[in-house]
Amino acid sequence: MALFFLSSGQHVGRSAKRRATTSGIMPANRFNGFTQYGVGIGLRIPHYSHILEKKPVVDWFEIISENFMIDGGRPLHVLDQILEQYRVVQHGVSMYFGSVEPLNREHLKRLKALVRRTKTPWLSDHLCWGSVDGTYSHDLLPMPYTFEAAAKTAQKIREARDFLEVPVVVENVSSYAEFHASEMTEWQFLTEVTERADCGILLDVNNIYVSSRNHSFDPFEYVNSVPHDRVAQIHIAGHSKFEKYILDTHDHPVIDPVWNLYARAIELTGPTATLLEWDDRIPSFDEVHDEALKANRYVAERVGA
Amino acid sequence: MELDRIQRTMFDAVRQPLTAGEGMRQRTRDGKSLRVIANEIIKPNDRLTSFERLEIYNRQYWFRILAALSDDFPGLRAIVGERRFEKLATAYLLDCPSRSFTMRNLGSRLEVWLHEHPEHIAKFESIAIDMVRLEWAEIEAFDEAAKPRLTEADLPGLGPDPKFELQPYVQLLDLRYPVDDLLILVRREQEVADIVSNAVTERIRSHARRRRLPKPEPVFLAVHRADNSVYFKRIDKEAFTILCALRDGKSLSDAVDAVDWSGRPIADASVHVQQWFAYWSAQGWFCKNA
Repeated sequence: MALFFLSSGQHVGRSAKRRATTSGIMPANRFNGFTQYGVGIGLRIPHYSHILEKKPVVDWFEIISENFMIDGGRPLHVLDQILEQYRVVQHGVSMYFGSVEPLNREHLKRLKALVRRTKTPWLSDHLCWGSVDGTYSHDLLPMPYTFEAAAKTAQKIREARDFLEVPVVVENVSSYAEFHASEMTEWQFLTEVTERADCGILLDVNNIYVSSRNHSFDPFEYVNSVPHDRVAQIHIAGHSKFEKYILDTHDHPVIDPVWNLYARAIELTGPTATLLEWDDRIPSFDEVHDEALKANRYVAERVGA
Repeated sequence: MELDRIQRTMFDAVRQPLTAGEGMRQRTRDGKSLRVIANEIIKPNDRLTSFERLEIYNRQYWFRILAALSDDFPGLRAIVGERRFEKLATAYLLDCPSRSFTMRNLGSRLEVWLHEHPEHIAKFESIAIDMVRLEWAEIEAFDEAAKPRLTEADLPGLGPDPKFELQPYVQLLDLRYPVDDLLILVRREQEVADIVSNAVTERIRSHARRRRLPKPEPVFLAVHRADNSVYFKRIDKEAFTILCALRDGKSLSDAVDAVDWSGRPIADASVHVQQWFAYWSAQGWFCKNA
């Protein structure tokens, strides 16, 4: 594990060190670059000054790749300062592995430049589609769960991984629609794609919960059924309830049913790099970080770390 | 149904403009029933029809891109007003949907589009176009590349009639209205936004209060970046002419010759040019030649 230090020289790899002494857990895997990251949070603009001035102890930060796939200016300046002191993992929102059209070469080139800058041990994006003929929706549109879609999506994941030269993991998205064309469940589709692509999974347990409520399935069956040895990272988040559906809004604390799914997931995967997403109505840094660190309680309870 | 057809059908539906009540239309712009289209590809459940499930995506598409464009052009909103801006933005995004993986580039074609559709900025055409140019220049100045600065040590290598390359983040604008002052006022009221969530529950509206519009006044502006902040620097017309000529690849002597010095004594002109170059060099506006 790559240790890292604050400017004062204080060792901050606490979680990883603790886990390394724990018996009976799954090791880091090839899908997350054989790292053992702890509990991180998303790097967001309202927290920049707090992080740079106070230098809080944080296991790692997740960045939205697209926000930094630029040529210069303040975002890259801040990122470089963060990289001097923290571990950073890239998370993308517009690769659209599931779109029928080919990967965008300009996107890949810029992404690779960022990968070299951040030295991210793995890179995630969503198992979804969102563009047609070079026109972008900027949304994470749901896949029809078909064998044709699985094959095409897996091929694009392989192409991206070969170009980027870093492990690529795919995240299950929240969805609000199901297709007549689907031939399998979502978790079967996730398994089919990741096995065909031989890639890892970013298991978003909040998204599983949201989709389970929208599509009336048992979220534990989902968590129980995915290939656990491929889970490289876990997302937790809050969401918004409406009268007839739930929307994945990342603007609330994590609710207990989602924590329960998280607990079940880490029982099956072992302690896994975990990231709290809080992207709208963002509270203070400490409030977001404290919410994320609740994950450690479940790790201690369920895995005995 | 094949994947390609599902995606084209859904994408076309999702991009249909919303009704005045921000719901999904009954029919596409070319007259097809969206209820039939939804039923064809999407399952209903015990709470929502196929139409209602598709509508969630339709609404989110528009809420997201309208919010992004609105954030990028608060000055235009302040000039034309919120209602006119919404109509303008919807029409623009229908004609010029995003062709980039990043929403940063959503407004890249807005100036050209407005020239082709002046009816959307009637009564405000000149000042609105000026503002759009300024707001797009601000976006470019914010995150364009900063190449290595030209230093004094590099000067001998440039030859007797050097060409100076401008930093990519330096944007030059000749404006008919002092929209820089107006935009600074509007920006002061704007909050920093960092939207990355993949869901939008409602239309995000950050109102730009309409303001008294300034009178016409020629302004020559360099929009640039220093210490990672964007600045608007007013410059003399002659300085603007020289910078534009250098940006376009002309040599120093050709750039100076491009200026109409008739209004200034030649001795003054020489002093001005030296002062300008000293300032531009100190700001790091020139970069090492490729």
